[in-house]
Amino acid sequence: MARKLSAAIVALLGTAWGPAALAAWDLNMPPGVTDISQEIYGLHMLIFVVCVVIAVVVFGAMIYSIFAHRKSLGVTPATFSHSTKAEIIWTVIPILILVGMAVPAAETMVRLEDSRNSDMTIKVTGFQWKWRYDYIDEGFGFFSTLDKSSNEARQLGSGIDPNSIENYLLEVDNPLVVPVDAKVRMLLTAADVIHAWWVPELGGKKDAVPGFVNEMWFQPNEPGIYRGQCAELCGRDHGFMPIVVHVLPQDEYDEWLAGKTAGLKVEPAVMTSEVAVAAAPAAVTAPAPAPIAVPTEWSMDVAMAEGEPLYNTHCGACHQPNGQGMPPAFPAIAGGAIATGDIGEHIDIGINGRPGTAMAGFGAMLSDDELAAIITYQRNAWGNETGDLVEPATIAAAR
Amino acid sequence: MSNATATTHDDHADHHPTGIKRWLTTTNHKDIGTLYLVFSLLMFFLGGGMAMIIRAELYAPGVQVVDPGFFNSMTTMHALIMVFGAVMPAFVGLANWMVPLMIGAPDMALPRLNNWSFWILPMGFSLLVITLFLPGGAPAAGWTMYPPLVMQGGNNFPFMIFAVHLLGISSVLGAINIIVTIMNMRAPGMTLLKMPLFVWTWLITAYLLILAMPVLAGAVTMLLTDKFFGTTFFAAAGGGDPRMFQHIFWFFGHPEVYIMILPAFGIVSQIIPTFARKPLFGYDSMVYATASIAFLSFIVWAHHMFTVGMPLAGQLFFMFSTMLIAVPTGVKVFNWVATMWKGAMTFETPMLFALAFVFLFTIGGFSGLMLAIAPADLQYHDTYFVVAHFHYVLVPGAVFAIMAAVYYWLPKWTGHMYNEKLGKLHFWLSAIFVNVTFFPQHFVGLAGMPRRIPDYSTQFADFNMVSSIGAFIFGASQLLFVYIIYSCAKGGQKATDQVWEGAEGLEWTVPSPAPHHTFDTPPLVK
Repeated sequence: MARKLSAAIVALLGTAWGPAALAAWDLNMPPGVTDISQEIYGLHMLIFVVCVVIAVVVFGAMIYSIFAHRKSLGVTPATFSHSTKAEIIWTVIPILILVGMAVPAAETMVRLEDSRNSDMTIKVTGFQWKWRYDYIDEGFGFFSTLDKSSNEARQLGSGIDPNSIENYLLEVDNPLVVPVDAKVRMLLTAADVIHAWWVPELGGKKDAVPGFVNEMWFQPNEPGIYRGQCAELCGRDHGFMPIVVHVLPQDEYDEWLAGKTAGLKVEPAVMTSEVAVAAAPAAVTAPAPAPIAVPTEWSMDVAMAEGEPLYNTHCGACHQPNGQGMPPAFPAIAGGAIATGDIGEHIDIGINGRPGTAMAGFGAMLSDDELAAIITYQRNAWGNETGDLVEPATIAAAR
Repeated sequence: MSNATATTHDDHADHHPTGIKRWLTTTNHKDIGTLYLVFSLLMFFLGGGMAMIIRAELYAPGVQVVDPGFFNSMTTMHALIMVFGAVMPAFVGLANWMVPLMIGAPDMALPRLNNWSFWILPMGFSLLVITLFLPGGAPAAGWTMYPPLVMQGGNNFPFMIFAVHLLGISSVLGAINIIVTIMNMRAPGMTLLKMPLFVWTWLITAYLLILAMPVLAGAVTMLLTDKFFGTTFFAAAGGGDPRMFQHIFWFFGHPEVYIMILPAFGIVSQIIPTFARKPLFGYDSMVYATASIAFLSFIVWAHHMFTVGMPLAGQLFFMFSTMLIAVPTGVKVFNWVATMWKGAMTFETPMLFALAFVFLFTIGGFSGLMLAIAPADLQYHDTYFVVAHFHYVLVPGAVFAIMAAVYYWLPKWTGHMYNEKLGKLHFWLSAIFVNVTFFPQHFVGLAGMPRRIPDYSTQFADFNMVSSIGAFIFGASQLLFVYIIYSCAKGGQKATDQVWEGAEGLEWTVPSPAPHHTFDTPPLVK
């Protein structure tokens, strides 16, 4: 029932309001590109129309009364103060309307919760403030963070006009990629605080709760790029962890997947230092190149070169690209007591974080090489001249 | 039901201390009512100032005004201050002033407790507001204080917890006082079903407070022990679940929503009959509807949590129970319309605010009904649609009712009529710009703008600018309210005892201004 109903409403209103959805004065919920999102849109329009009809009746009576029953017209007030008949009518009619609404809503809810027979499974992990997607069946994964140009423009007093940036705040470095028509099952969790994964056109949102796994699914009917955002307050940069999903035709998806799986698998915990130095950042940002046969020499230059972009991606949001941080919540690293002090403590904080503060542990998120590069960078950039070169093996030993 | 033998022992009025000591030590329900109302107005402007900062940042895309972390502090503090500092104390202040006058009691039943429950409030809010000046800033995890995020609060965390404890104690003490007063001190002849609707709604609200506030106290205490004493109520690593906090919080939180609206229902049910010159339609059903709403408020909490990952059966239960609330709420709206029907209405400022309440609260009710539809809520949840919804029920809902009450009873409190022209100007500015502020938020929410973000994608820019302009003018208009109250307290046309032509009830039988002590001898209600 809900399906037919929503199909009819989508057909009716989708044509009228569809084009408007692209304009700046967006008024309504997008019908979306999945069966479920369109059913939800149908329910939304149905309950909206019901409300409008009730509003016309109730407000109409009020407005008529305000104009007709006023003292200035010389009317004598009536004295009635109850009518059992009227009261029964306006109790029963709303109940009937509600039952009429509850049935299709419950039907949609039942379908929405049925995640059986999925075609693929992706594990989604929320971090402060980025997403990680792991393609469980294929055995690879990557982080997805706010696009660089948006990130520059959104800094306080950046002076960059957001209108000059395409898809401001709704673009990421690595989008989630899925094939069209596939039933994609998502397993959601979080590393630090609660986040919520939401792409309006794919229908509905679900919380990513640390320590628990939630399930949701979507089955996009049309290829395209769909954008959303984290929908649960997760701290300072809650507004800056967008979600972008590329829905590709099957053949293009296969091609993308081949590019991903042919390269190195990004599984930080087991990555070895010999091959990861050059490959790890590359695998995160682009289809990975063929495995590097010759181990790269670990040197200050390599560590500093690798460390800078990694630092900007993983640490820059809080501690700032210039290392000045935002004290007192986010202490400065440039000249900071830890970055210029005991190296063991520095490594410990990098791996395990600081419980009770916003400082997350990056041990599970980054490889030995990546952590070694970042910590080396922190200890030698912006005038921190410790000269310390952190070896990946030191990180491995400290884990 | 009124009785003209009101007593006016003005001579008693001189036995109290004067100056600051009068206000610190007072046990008089009128003085304490005034304290509550003045405090609430102060908090209204403090919380409103924070709203202005929020709207200034959201005026255009990009981060121009404040750091995103401070922005989160502003949304958090704005909510805590408005809920616990402005709306709730305003209703308690109105109850203090009016409940004894309306039931023919000489004072509140527990006057010393009354003094204490007020003076806890400024202490609690000092604890909360002082966090703005601590290293690390004020709480920024939202007024809902969800763990684990709230655990990152740093220095402000224990301050916030103890502030919430104090505000809770103050509310519960106030509620106990109101229940004891209503149950024991009604004038002879005033049976329960003869009580004015404002008294009825406050009686039910007081029970909600006693049932709900300790639950909040429990929840924040668990946060405290999780943070400082090694418990893991809300941490998965120790077998807890962060979502359990949300269940406990909203078990308090949903009744809290009705704590902020039931007294408003009562106020509107007093004002509309007065200015329609016609008795309230369906008095009994109003009382039963209020009681039903109060009961239902305890079994709908998880509709705030449709996205957290609940079993299907749970989602359906909370969807159905939430939809049920529309029935008694609808009965109330229909009864107000029926009260107006065939009356002889005039439109003084209190009536204008009361009518705007019925219109705009109903719009908030409609969006509430939409939010109850669980599958649709998965799209609405945590967007500006929700922000629009709860501001419609709280600003042109609760706040307009409070303003209506202030205009309605101000002549009784001060003995002077307020400036009607300015009152009407205040009304029209407020009513127009509250809609300019909050109506566009429905649109951006539906179009996909999440709440609690300091910056947004450019397609939301136009409506946000409209909303910000509306907010600035709405905010500035409230200065007019202060001026009107101030000038009414200072002087003006002398008010009669009855004040309004159609007013009925014991409070209108005492002189204007109401003397320090009233009803030393209980009136007889027929």
